[in-house]
Amino acid sequence: MSPFGPNPWIQRHWDWRAAGNFVFGGAGSGLLLAAALVLPLGPARAVSLPLGLALVGLGLFCVWTEIGRPLRALHVFLNPWTSWMTREAFVGIALFAATIYAFLIPSVQAEVLFGGVALVFAWCQGRILKASKGIPAWREPRVVPFIVSTALTEGAALAVMLALAYNLQGKLVYGLLAAALLARAAAWVMYSTKVLPVLTGEPRRRLDAVTPKLLWFGTFGALALVAAASALPRTYAAPLAIAAALVAIGAGWHAKRIIVTHASLNQGFALPRLPVRGVR
Amino acid sequence: MTRWVMIADLRRCVGCQTCTAACKHTNATPPEVQWRRVLDMEVGEYPNVKRVFVPVGCMHCADPPCMHVCPSTATRQRADGIVTIDYDLCIGCAYCAVACPYQARYKVDKAEFAYGEPMESEKKQFDPKRIGVATKCTFCSDRVDAGLAKGLKPGVDPEASPACVNSCIAQALHFGDIEDKESNVSQLLAENQFFRMHEELGTDPGFYYLWDKKP
Repeated sequence: MSPFGPNPWIQRHWDWRAAGNFVFGGAGSGLLLAAALVLPLGPARAVSLPLGLALVGLGLFCVWTEIGRPLRALHVFLNPWTSWMTREAFVGIALFAATIYAFLIPSVQAEVLFGGVALVFAWCQGRILKASKGIPAWREPRVVPFIVSTALTEGAALAVMLALAYNLQGKLVYGLLAAALLARAAAWVMYSTKVLPVLTGEPRRRLDAVTPKLLWFGTFGALALVAAASALPRTYAAPLAIAAALVAIGAGWHAKRIIVTHASLNQGFALPRLPVRGVR
Repeated sequence: MTRWVMIADLRRCVGCQTCTAACKHTNATPPEVQWRRVLDMEVGEYPNVKRVFVPVGCMHCADPPCMHVCPSTATRQRADGIVTIDYDLCIGCAYCAVACPYQARYKVDKAEFAYGEPMESEKKQFDPKRIGVATKCTFCSDRVDAGLAKGLKPGVDPEASPACVNSCIAQALHFGDIEDKESNVSQLLAENQFFRMHEELGTDPGFYYLWDKKP
């Protein structure tokens, strides 16, 4: 980028309500994916599905409160050819339909269906950010794996809490959470190392400050708690597992909030050349 | 084919903001909404400092990211390259605003006027359709279309040209058809060195900046 030009500034078009879509929508779709992967049929699964949909719905509601013409919200469905926001909306409808179907008529096929759609929903959220060409921290392609992996992490963390609440065997759920935590940490390192150099000032400091929280507390701290919980008797394991889940969720939500509202420097203006005046 | 483009001669622009005022007057944009802005850049360090005035706004890109992300198809592109917004379709999600690399899009959520209460001219031009939706420079497409219908030549005949171009006191702004090799803009681009802003993003902007004569 040229050194000539007014510096970029933080976009003000998308605020915490837009971040809410990524926070709640990510956790909800992640929970549905985790439920399809590791929660056996039973009361925990039965609760996870409406809870996942409620979170996805809350995220979409957050967006609805931000749009300037809420009564025209259905126009969001008009551009599936190129808009990832439209695609997210369509996938959201499919997610509700597939999940309600699986809730009413449980089967392996239904699990595969709603789990797969949940994964696509999280992917659409990543692509929404990537398509935002005016914001360097969003258009970086590595934002997509981070958004997907943190959705799965948050979903697996919620699944851990549900498994505990319904007295289920926790090994598989703990395993999923541990794998998701590692995947998210790797995705974050890849993303932040690429984005930090293009940021400056306060946005750079805020994004940089996410790294220790997400890696040391949100990943290694959570992994240690998960390891301890899986080795201890249930009486002692429960508080540790809940703490691990809360730390994992908190770190992911914090990172997404910072990406959307604090690291969202725009492109600014830049001149590759200066005008030549008064020399001929 | 026609593709309307704009040229700003950075050697000529004096930063008088007359184009900004003309745009606001013509398009009745509310306070803090400037479809045509002129940046006042200070470059370098004392004593080697340069001041550059840079007109900016919607670049009417050939590959506009704002159009691709728009979920409602409100943002479209005409055959002549002008990027438009249908205020009846727009939901005001501002996705286009974060997709635009030129900060050219605005959204206001309530009616605002320069001095609180609307003046007569503001009352006349106030358009409730523009509340809660994205707005931006239109290249004065209504003037272009009306001029063409009368057989006039946009960029040459003032009646068919954007208001900012007409108002420029230094003839720094030019408008015309880049596909026409004989047009004013084609001639200027042939005679001068130029660049477009953020070309590396691949949006193929329709706004050219002249910075020096060709050697």
